[in-house]
Parts: sequence; C-alpha cells; structure tokens
Amino acid sequence: MISKLVGFFGDAKFSRLRRRTLITVLLVIVVADFLVARDHGEFFWDDLPLWWAVFGFLSCVVIIIVSKAIGHQGRIMRDEDYYD
Amino acid sequence: MIEWVHPGLIFVVAALILPLFNTALQKIGLLLVPIAAILSVAVMTTGTYGEFNFANVFLVIGKVDKLTLVFAWVFTFMAFIGSLYSLHIKETSQHVAAYLYIGSALGVVFAGDWFTLLVSWELMAFASAYLVFASRAEAATKAGFRYLLVHVTGGVMLFGGIVLHGLETGSFIFGPLTTESGQWGGLAFTLVLVSFLLNAAVPPLNAWLTDAYPEATVTGAVFLSAFTTKTAVYVLIRTFPGTEILVGLGVAMALYGVIYAVLENDCRRLLGYHIVSQVGYMVAGVGIGTEIALNGSSSHAFSHIIYKGLLFMGAGAVIQMTGRRKLTELGGLYRTMPWTVFLYMIGAFAISAFPFFSGFVSKSMVIAAAAGDGRAATVLLLTVASSGTFLHTGLKLPYYMFFGKDCGLRPSDPPLNMLLAMGIAAILCIGIGVFPNLLYALLPYQVDFVPYTAAHITGSLSILMFTAVGFVLLLKYLDPENTVSLDTDWFYRKGARLFMWFAENPVSWWEKIISNLSDTVILRLLARTARDSLNIDIKGVDAIVNGVAHAALRLGATARRLQTGIVTHYAAAMIFGLFVCITFYSLIWLE
Repeated sequence: MISKLVGFFGDAKFSRLRRRTLITVLLVIVVADFLVARDHGEFFWDDLPLWWAVFGFLSCVVIIIVSKAIGHQGRIMRDEDYYD
Repeated sequence: MIEWVHPGLIFVVAALILPLFNTALQKIGLLLVPIAAILSVAVMTTGTYGEFNFANVFLVIGKVDKLTLVFAWVFTFMAFIGSLYSLHIKETSQHVAAYLYIGSALGVVFAGDWFTLLVSWELMAFASAYLVFASRAEAATKAGFRYLLVHVTGGVMLFGGIVLHGLETGSFIFGPLTTESGQWGGLAFTLVLVSFLLNAAVPPLNAWLTDAYPEATVTGAVFLSAFTTKTAVYVLIRTFPGTEILVGLGVAMALYGVIYAVLENDCRRLLGYHIVSQVGYMVAGVGIGTEIALNGSSSHAFSHIIYKGLLFMGAGAVIQMTGRRKLTELGGLYRTMPWTVFLYMIGAFAISAFPFFSGFVSKSMVIAAAAGDGRAATVLLLTVASSGTFLHTGLKLPYYMFFGKDCGLRPSDPPLNMLLAMGIAAILCIGIGVFPNLLYALLPYQVDFVPYTAAHITGSLSILMFTAVGFVLLLKYLDPENTVSLDTDWFYRKGARLFMWFAENPVSWWEKIISNLSDTVILRLLARTARDSLNIDIKGVDAIVNGVAHAALRLGATARRLQTGIVTHYAAAMIFGLFVCITFYSLIWLE
C-alpha cells in the first residue's frame, strides 16, 4: 500500500492524475477560504480571503529568485573544491 | 525509595559502563537506558534536588519546574529514538559519546546554578564533537576541529560571563539576566548572551552547525540535530525572555536558513540550514517574551526535535544505503525505498506545519504570539520562512532525493531498527498534531490557544499549497548545482589560512632577517668584542696583575737581602730610625 501511495507521486503514468489532484485540492482550499468564519483579527489581512494563497505563492517565487540571485550574483556559490 | 534520579546521570553512568559489556548486552542496554530515563522523568515532580556545597559554591544539579520537564521529556524521547536508530552500530565509542552528549544536555536542562551549567555545557561540546570525528573522513576530522574550536571559544565566553556575573551579584544561582527595559545589559550579559546565541546557531555564529553536522556519522547527525541548539533555546528562555534584539535575530535567522537552503546541494546540510531557520522561530519567541510566546518557543522546540530527528534519519537512511549525499547524484529512489519516502514525508509535513502534524500546533503559537503583540512584520516574515520551509524540506529535497531524475541506484529501505525509529518519530509527529493538548499540558504557562480554527486551517493550507504551485512552475530554476555556499565559516577557514600565510611569510621573513642580522652583524660584533676584551684581559688586566706581582717579588727579594741576620746591623738600623724620628718631630714642634 505504501509502495502504491509513493508510486503515485513518482510514476510517470500518474502525471495527469497528479496535476488534476493538485488543481482540485487548490480549488477546494480557495473555496473553503471564502466560506470559513473569520473573527475580526489583529491585522487587516485576517479578514481577506485568498490573502495567504497569494502571499504563499509570492513568498515561494521571491525566495527562489532572491536566493539564486544572492548565490550567483553575490558570489556565494563556489566550486566544490573552493576550500581545498 | 530514592526520591529523585537525575536522568542525565543515568546516561553518563551508562556511558561509562557500556564498554564493559558485549555487543548483544549493549544492544539491550541501549534500549533500556533511555526507557529508564523516560521513567525517571515520568515520576518526577517539580522541586529542587541534589543541592550541595562544593568549595563554598552552592551547587544545584536538579532544579525542576514545568519548563525543565518539557525539555526533559523530549530529550529522553529523542534519546530512545536515536538509540534505536543506531542500534546496529558496533563501534561502542559512538554510543558512549552519544550518551555523554545526551547526559550533559540533560545536565544543562536540570542545572540550578551557573557552574553545573558550565560543566555540562563544555562536556556537551566535546562529546558531540566525537560524533563528527567518528565518521573518520578527512573532511569530517577538519570540520570536527573547527566545530570544537568554535564551541570552546563559546565556552570560554560563557565562563567569563558567569564569573563577571558572580562578581557583580555575588550569586551563582542560574536565572534571568534580562534588564528591566529589555535592552542590552553589561559585559556579563553580553558574554553569556553571545555564547548562548552561538550554540543556538544565530547568524553570523551559525556556520559551525552547517559545517559539521553533514560531516557527522549517519547516526551521530540525528543526535546532533536534537540537542545542542535546543539546549541553547532552553537557556535563552531561562535567562533572556523579552530581550528585544532576539526578535530581530530570530526572524533574520528564519530567513537566512531558507535562503541558503535554496543554494544547497548536500542533503544533510540543507536540513542543517533548516535547523537554523526553525530555531529562528524559537529565538523570536524568546525575544517577544510573553507567556504565549515562551509557550510557543518551548512547544516548537519539542515538535522540532522529533520532526528534525525524523528528517535527519530519512536523509541518513539514504546516505547509508547509497553512500551518496549530494542531490545532484541522487534521484529516483522512491521505487525501492518507499518506507523511507513515506516516513520522511511525515517529518516534512510536520516541519512545514501542515494541519494535523506537530509543527502546525507549535509554530503557529509563536506566530500568534507575534500577532498578539502587534508585530505585523514579524508575522509576515516568519510566514515567508514557513513557505520556504515547505519549499525545501517538503518539496525540493524529497523531489531531488527520491523522485526527479533517476540516478540509477536501486537501494532497499534501511535496516528494521532504523525504520522503527523513524516510525516512532512519525507517530509522535502526527500524535502531537492530532492531540495538541497532550503537548500543551506540559508547557510552562497556561495555554488558551486554539490551533484548529477553520480560518487557520484554510490559511495554512493556502500558504503551503500555493507554495507548491510556485515550486511546480519554477522547478527548472531549482535544480541543485554542484557548488558549495560560502557562509560565515569562510572567515575562520580562510582566516586560518591568512594566519598560516602570515606565520609562513611575514613572520618567517622577519625571523630570517633577525637571524641573518645576528649571524652577520651581531655575532661578528660579539666575536670582535670578545677578542678585544681578551686582548684587554691579556695585555691590560693580566699585565697589571703580573706587573704588581713581579714588583712585589722583586721588592721581596730586595727586602730579603736586607735581612742580614746580624744583631748589630739591626740595632744600628733602629738607632738610625730613632734618630730620624726625633729630628723630624723636633723640627715640627719647634716651628
């Protein structure tokens, strides 16, 4: 059973099914985020549906771009034998 | 009936007698000792134990309150999991080092005075360094020495801080050093804080961790990931709650670890950067310093030890079975290591704070504490770090290690003891997530925080799943690269070279100049001076001495000739003398 579960995420034959599953999950989360009860929170975004979805996506993109920029342009990434 | 047993002492005593037994008995002992320690924590009540007077210093080796117990529970649990994971190791010295390490970490947790803390602190550094040395590779030996040097430096600072604090206050009772305003204190405050921040791997004092942990043995890294940084979090909660600078440092390190994790190719170094990132939440919680924040730091330390241990066990299983550690050389292992993938992913969901996993109920407490304190930037930046955590530990690392490009290797899952240890950790990760009140009941302050609200669940899932969308879209930019990343260890690794260059070049030139100068000028000058003084000695001093002697000899010879032996000659001489005297004095008096 574990092999099948893990295989679902790895095997090429499930790639379409994986994509559909991801899209379904995303839709469910987005719809649910509109429906949930919100107590008036500390900050303005606590009342905004979709805020964290946008924030999560942008965070991911910014992390990748900024880190790679620091790594390459900032000369943080060096050859493996740098210290030898 | 013994009232109280120090669980740390159980490990230290076990470490000392373990080598006396054969391998089979050692294996039984390796499981029974942590269980005995867990039981000693289970029957423990709050109070002060093991007080005695040593050379006029009042020592307390067992100060027990609720905060002590949170860490004692998780340390002894992790000791059991780690021992089970390393059960197949035949090298007794590794078990001894691991037990001394756990024992001394518990020594810190139970310390009621600064000296007990210091001794445990130092023992912890040396015992843990052995777990790095034990992998025997040249790179590990070098990293082990760097690790040791950094920690010994930290230990000396702590010692200095303790002595100064003792002189200022006259007390060595371990307790808060915070200033009333939450601002920076004096020199003792600074030294102690910096030595604690060093062990908590707060940048720029973080590089010892990501330098050494990936070089440790497969099993050693599991222990390392649990104890050193978390004892540091514990002592920070004890001594510096509400110290404002810790909020900024905590947020910075949460992001620092995430940024470096993007660049990293070594699977365990990537996880090491995520220790830095996760400890950032705990340090920030200490800085906020409210009851919910300190509860958050304690509970997050608890969850973190278990899920990070699980992640290191997963990566360790891959290294053990393939002999490879770089993401560029791994991939496609899911086909033959399904259990490792499955259990690793539970740890990954826990660290990423998915609902119903342990991270969700502890990390959110720190973020809620920041929100309750009105710190908007802290909330948002820690959430960015959460996105990064899932991106690396939950998506990038498993993708390139287990899925992605097939590296062609077909290793099996690791031995049963390793899988069982991972399984127990996984059960704890889910158990804490599903029954958070079990963990909340242990926390130092009353908890009225409810993690499972509908908005919190959809909000968290939104962050995580849209991070996954970003990952899928930008996957081609995330391919690991065959590089090393420069971190602050650059300063002492290159700095040591500068030092050696300085010793081998300017210092040795100077030494050569001095020795040339002495060979040519000074030695010649000395030789000439010696020759001259010899001449003076021979021609001057000796001549005078000889001259005086010769003169005395001649005078003696003359005087001898005057001694005729004839009485009339002597009488005549006396009369002549008398005559001269009388003439002389009569002339004077007559004047």
